[in-house]
Amino acid sequence: MLEFIARRLAGTLPVLAIVTLFVFLMLRLIPGDPAAVIAGDNASSEQIELIRQRLGLNDAIWSQFGIWISHVLRGDFGESFFFKRSVAELVLQRIEPTLALALCTLLFAIAVAVPIGVLAAYRHGSLFDRIVMVLSVVGFSVPGFVVGYCMIYMFSIVLNLLPVQGYVRLQEDFWASLRHLILPSVTLSVGFIALISRMTRAAVIEVLREDYIRTARAKGLSQGVILVRHALRNAAVPVLTIIGTSIAVLISGVVVTETVFGLPGLGRLTVEAVLSRDFPTIQAVILMFSVVYVLINLAIDILYTICDPRIRF
Amino acid sequence: MTELSPTVEPVPLARPTAPKNKPILEVRDLTVDLPARGDRSYAIRNVSFTINAGEVVCLVGESGSGKSVTAFAAMGLLSKALKPSGGQILLEGEDLLNADEPRLRQLRCARMSMIFQEPMTALNPVLTCGRQIDEVLETHTELDSRSRRAKIISMLARVRLSDPERIYASFPHQLSGGQRQRIMIAMALILDPVLLIADEPTTALDVTTQSEILKLISELQSSNGTGVLFITHDFGVVAEIAHRVAVLRTGELVEMGPADQVLSSPRHEYTKMLISSVPSIKPPVRQVAQERPILLRTERLGKTYERKGLFRRGAAVHAVEDVDFVLRRGQTVGIVGESGSGKSTVARCIARLIDPSAGKIMLGEADITQMSSSQLRPYRRRVQIVFQDPYRSLNPRMTVGASIIEGPMNFGMSKGEALARAATLIETVRLERSALNRYPHQFSGGQRQRICIARALAMEPELIIADEAVSALDVSVQKQVLQLLDEVRRRLDLAVLFITHDLRVAAQICDWVAVMKQGRVVEFGTAESLFEHPQHEYTRALFSAAPGRGREFGQLHLVDPDGIAERVVRVVP
Repeated sequence: MLEFIARRLAGTLPVLAIVTLFVFLMLRLIPGDPAAVIAGDNASSEQIELIRQRLGLNDAIWSQFGIWISHVLRGDFGESFFFKRSVAELVLQRIEPTLALALCTLLFAIAVAVPIGVLAAYRHGSLFDRIVMVLSVVGFSVPGFVVGYCMIYMFSIVLNLLPVQGYVRLQEDFWASLRHLILPSVTLSVGFIALISRMTRAAVIEVLREDYIRTARAKGLSQGVILVRHALRNAAVPVLTIIGTSIAVLISGVVVTETVFGLPGLGRLTVEAVLSRDFPTIQAVILMFSVVYVLINLAIDILYTICDPRIRF
Repeated sequence: MTELSPTVEPVPLARPTAPKNKPILEVRDLTVDLPARGDRSYAIRNVSFTINAGEVVCLVGESGSGKSVTAFAAMGLLSKALKPSGGQILLEGEDLLNADEPRLRQLRCARMSMIFQEPMTALNPVLTCGRQIDEVLETHTELDSRSRRAKIISMLARVRLSDPERIYASFPHQLSGGQRQRIMIAMALILDPVLLIADEPTTALDVTTQSEILKLISELQSSNGTGVLFITHDFGVVAEIAHRVAVLRTGELVEMGPADQVLSSPRHEYTKMLISSVPSIKPPVRQVAQERPILLRTERLGKTYERKGLFRRGAAVHAVEDVDFVLRRGQTVGIVGESGSGKSTVARCIARLIDPSAGKIMLGEADITQMSSSQLRPYRRRVQIVFQDPYRSLNPRMTVGASIIEGPMNFGMSKGEALARAATLIETVRLERSALNRYPHQFSGGQRQRICIARALAMEPELIIADEAVSALDVSVQKQVLQLLDEVRRRLDLAVLFITHDLRVAAQICDWVAVMKQGRVVEFGTAESLFEHPQHEYTRALFSAAPGRGREFGQLHLVDPDGIAERVVRVVP
């Protein structure tokens, strides 16, 4: 197992190298000059040129990349062009809301979607099943911001139960923080609930046709035990796969949701950084997301082996 | 909740001994309806029989006769589409059809247990074997975990699994088919149920494993006085294990009686037909010509699989080693052996579906062992295969005609000509011409296998490889397909390589037989000499494991009885 993890981690290095190179080049190939953004609307071309020189933007692309990567390897992500602060500090400051939001969303989505999926599979063809199927299509097709604004209107404005926008740090007031997370998490999870419940349903229906389910019934086990211990565990692999993919999608979803609900997280940071052509920040955030994604994939692969003893690497 | 009876010392029981008349299971006028729009309105109708304590009753019949429906009805495990609409099923006097689900759950595995056909899929792959048996005790007893474990370990020992501790912690995929079936038996019998329902429990197993499992079931059953409802389609198995036999035909019980009487003097026409369709293990006297030209010869044929690792070379598996045999025009060579013996690998090498890793394959004068796929093309036509599963070897989205003409058209025949040939061939395999415009799902298994034979013949092959081609068929259909194959061989002077695990079939259809074990041919000879005087120890072991070997069933009349062969149109000019 340790050997497997080591091998997998080594295998991610080329992936990360390609991602870094790609991001770096892409930012410099798209139009837009960070110096012009920083200098503002009324700046003269001399002022802009000065800023460009100060930021090192006039150097050859390869030497820019060399300088950046050598710093990154030492853990230094440089200084934000726009915020005028160390990027590392900036990211650390913004990571908490995003992490909290992603985690809440994921837990909520799994907690709701898996039971729904299992139940729909068990009652395959029933009214409940058909309602779940229809809702899952709706849930998957309605964009996040529409759901978000509808929820704000319902729960914050009409019912006045939850805050409209903003964020309270976890260490300041845990419950207040949670209250602020409810609407964004629920909003963000709608699509994932649709996706995961559908996948769970399909996988469980498949498994329920297996001979060992008949064996389990012939043993006199109760329906609940059969569904959870025998069916769900065997259906786990496809469900885990979809959850893994969901996390990747989640990262991009965070950008929209944070904007709608005014959360000061990485998603908002990314939007701000892109609008102001803040190269060091964009690079750092994307690199971080790639690392996170690679690690999640590894975690999912390890979970496979735990769920299904036949899978060995 | 359930009383645990103490383990009874095994009492040797000479079979067939009439057991004491205490009814365990009484099935009275049982009728189970089929959903509307089927070809009949019932799955079974007015079925009645009784099983006494300590008695093995075999339920025999062909596919679709309702054997399994009867069993599942007793366990309350029928699918929702099937509804029992009349009659009673009494387990020790308690009506199971009126019992509610919680009561049925209490009875399952405690008073009545069931084992299934496929040991490969009947166990949950993600739970250890021990855990799966433990579930039974957890559900039905109040035992604590230590005594449960002790009970399971001792039960594993009782079903003759060596090293029970290791087996307890094993996952199903780490065990062989026979071992898994023992796990199923251990699970079914751990609470000493009064009734065991065995649904084709040995059909998926090799003969030697089958005979061990049959012995085990009959020992445990007689020592505990368990009544057994044993479902099978195999009269050999019936001869081994049954006290009494019930014969089902399309949902109706046509004959019931003591095993010996039904087997030796069946009264109903259907039973007679079934029994006479079972091929005899004695080969008929056949003229085996030595001077016919050699069509296929293998020399030290070998196939080795290497497991490739990224960093290291994996272990090599020798699937086939040093296989030599000769196949002459107009003759049939059988390869018999248990699963994993390499018989199918040999067939696949010869058809060059896989590449042999050693030795030579000579087709006529050509060495086809190392030919590239383009060189191989002209030879592809000369070797055709008929596969085991007629349900999966025809493309469901192509009409029968399209399937048959595909091959000849690939080799440049015009569509009209190919269709004309398909029309003659479909009559050769005795199907209507209109079959060409229909789809595979509209045919039965036997008819589909005929279509597969027609498809193979369309290529005008010189060699037909039949890879377990009749194994999935009922005996009566099997007989017809075997007759057809043999007739086609004679008429067209084909060579046939017949791969089978069934010794009876091999005895009837083969001129020569090669016995394979672990990738090697241990014995090769004419069917007559091999079956009459087996030389190799393994061949003898195989023969003695064949169920019902002491009993003479029907002779397969390969000499065409109805003269239909006269109407066969010659396809090869």
